[in-house]
Amino acid sequence: MIRFESVTKRFRGGGIAVDALDLEAPTGKITVLVGPSGCGKTTSLRMVNRMVEPTSGRIWLDDRDTAKVRPATLRRGIGYVIQQAGLFPHRTVVDNVATVPVLLGLPRRDARRQALDLLERVGLPRELGERYPAQLSGGQQQRVGVARALAADPPVMLMDEPFSAVDPVVRAQLQDEFLRLQGELGKTILFVTHDIDEAIKLGDQVAVLRTGGRLAQVATPAELLSHPADAFVAGFVGRDRGYRALGFAAAGELPLAHEPVVTVGDALAATPPRAVDGWALVVDAERRPLGWLAVGGLGEAQLSGPVVEDLLNLGGTLATESGTLREALDAALSSPSGRGVIVDEDGRFAGTVTASEVLTRIERRASVLRQEAIESAAAEVIALQP
Amino acid sequence: MSTAAVIADKFLPGLDRVPVWLNDPANWTGPNGLLERIGQHLGYSVSAVVVALLIALPLGLVIGHTGRGVFLVVGLANGLRAVPILGLLLLLVVWLSPHLHARLTVPGLIPPGGFAYIVPIEIALVLLAIPPILSNTYAGVQAVDPAVRDAGEGMGMRGSQVIWQVEFPCALPLVMSGLRSATLQVIATATVAAYVPFLGGLGRFILDGQDQLTNLRYGYPAMVSAGIVVAVLAVVVDLLLALVQRLVVSRGVAERYRRRRGVRAVPEPA
Ligand SMILES: Nc1ncnc2c1ncn2[C@@H]1O[C@H](COP(=O)(O)OP(=O)(O)OP(=O)(O)O)[C@@H](O)[C@H]1O
Ligand SMILES: [Mg+2]
Repeated sequence: MIRFESVTKRFRGGGIAVDALDLEAPTGKITVLVGPSGCGKTTSLRMVNRMVEPTSGRIWLDDRDTAKVRPATLRRGIGYVIQQAGLFPHRTVVDNVATVPVLLGLPRRDARRQALDLLERVGLPRELGERYPAQLSGGQQQRVGVARALAADPPVMLMDEPFSAVDPVVRAQLQDEFLRLQGELGKTILFVTHDIDEAIKLGDQVAVLRTGGRLAQVATPAELLSHPADAFVAGFVGRDRGYRALGFAAAGELPLAHEPVVTVGDALAATPPRAVDGWALVVDAERRPLGWLAVGGLGEAQLSGPVVEDLLNLGGTLATESGTLREALDAALSSPSGRGVIVDEDGRFAGTVTASEVLTRIERRASVLRQEAIESAAAEVIALQP
Repeated sequence: MSTAAVIADKFLPGLDRVPVWLNDPANWTGPNGLLERIGQHLGYSVSAVVVALLIALPLGLVIGHTGRGVFLVVGLANGLRAVPILGLLLLLVVWLSPHLHARLTVPGLIPPGGFAYIVPIEIALVLLAIPPILSNTYAGVQAVDPAVRDAGEGMGMRGSQVIWQVEFPCALPLVMSGLRSATLQVIATATVAAYVPFLGGLGRFILDGQDQLTNLRYGYPAMVSAGIVVAVLAVVVDLLLALVQRLVVSRGVAERYRRRRGVRAVPEPA
């Protein structure tokens, strides 16, 4: 657990960067600090490992007051990842990763062996170990940065915009792997970003800071989207937050419709009876959906030969049964047939839903939430009465 | 033809005497031969460069690391560059040498009685060598990516660890080029050692030759030959240092390696 206790930072000759911050980052969870540029995110983060000294207030790591621990000692026990990775250009990748264990006194040989294992853990081939940072792509450098921060297995990690210097595709990939890794490791993470989407995707808890270093709201991503505390947070969270909030709502039991399927390789001539409204769903031998076949668009002459993948429309996204309402709605909206494809955990076809069915779901859920909100407001009113 | 050229043509031994002089083993071996003079010359030069390195390297690293004392780099380094070395040397000989009474001798390098004169020489050469090493070291540390330094501190390196494990290795290419240019200058300038009593070096041939220009053994051919030897010596030592540079500078920060960056980066694994 990282706990900020009324922490203020005033830079010499500058204004207040962080203003009386009270915040707790729970053990084993990802807490994201998000806010506009210059709002004091980096400053807050760097006060935890004393790269910046607070002007007043205390920061606790569990029951240790960080001000009472020697900075070098403190830092060796905290993983630190920064935006440009900051890899040591003169050291090979393994030696970069082995940095902290060696500082802690581990023999270099052991530290290196361990470093190679860590590379695999963050999704890099071991052969990269002998390279120098200048020979890596930006995404690879970031992975090495993460591996280096993990090397001494610190319980706490500080990450300052670690994925912002790479392109969106690599970023999404790094984020997914980061979540997978955190699922295995369960570190206490304080993560800084200025990207609200990243905050919502990664955070167990999101703290929104406003300019001047004041905390605007701390909440789970779902809560942030559905109940922004004020106009600033609402504006920062963005316009389509109603839609994005669906990304946190479990789809639950969707009314799955049966759909006759065509297996790839079947004779085209056999497909028309299995099409609904001119579209037939094509699956592979394992019943995994491949795409939609526009049977109605095929002339008599083309109805010979087998069903091949080239003929398929791949436009539709897939949603899983255990997924969110947002995925289900997106599957329905993106499907060329208008019927969203739902798969089970193993990726096998489970059934289809239409957008209106998903919307009915959303409506029903919203009315339950409204009812709850009224009841809790009423309870508050009652509690306030003498 | 100019007057000087006419005089040279008429009175001086021709340049064809230079290879003849260099080919004569008698000029190489024995007391006061080329080999002994080369040894002295290298002795003065190397010791001056080592002392300058011991002063300028830590100073440059600390100034670069702390950002304090930058005026020293700019002021001192540039100020020293403006000092006329020969004038300084003669000044030191007049002021300092009479006060030096130690009887230290080093066979082949400091003859008996030479100590009082080796000190001014070394001081002058050290002052010559400090500016390039100091300013290059400082510039090298300054050029270290702040994110890299930040990472070092953030990993829990202490100040001295950041200096020796991060800033120094990253600055090493520039430090080495400063060291090489200092060495070149010192080897070329160490000829001034011949101006003071008791001492030699290759400057001896050049200085003594002026008194007996036409002498085939000690005159003009010896002067030109010694000049050539000084130049060759400087080039050879520089090549040696280039080799050292290849060995000590990490491939990760060596220029020749960086250029291949784009080619060597492998695609992101899916
Ligand atoms: N060393 C410093 N000296 C003076 N002022 C500083 C210093 N570091 C940061 N500041 C100021 O403190 C404020 C907060 O800076 P900080 O770097 O924490 O912002 P940030 O939220 O991380 O912004 P960004 O998203 O742009 O990285 C800014 O106004 C900045 O100018
Ligand atoms: Mg920042």
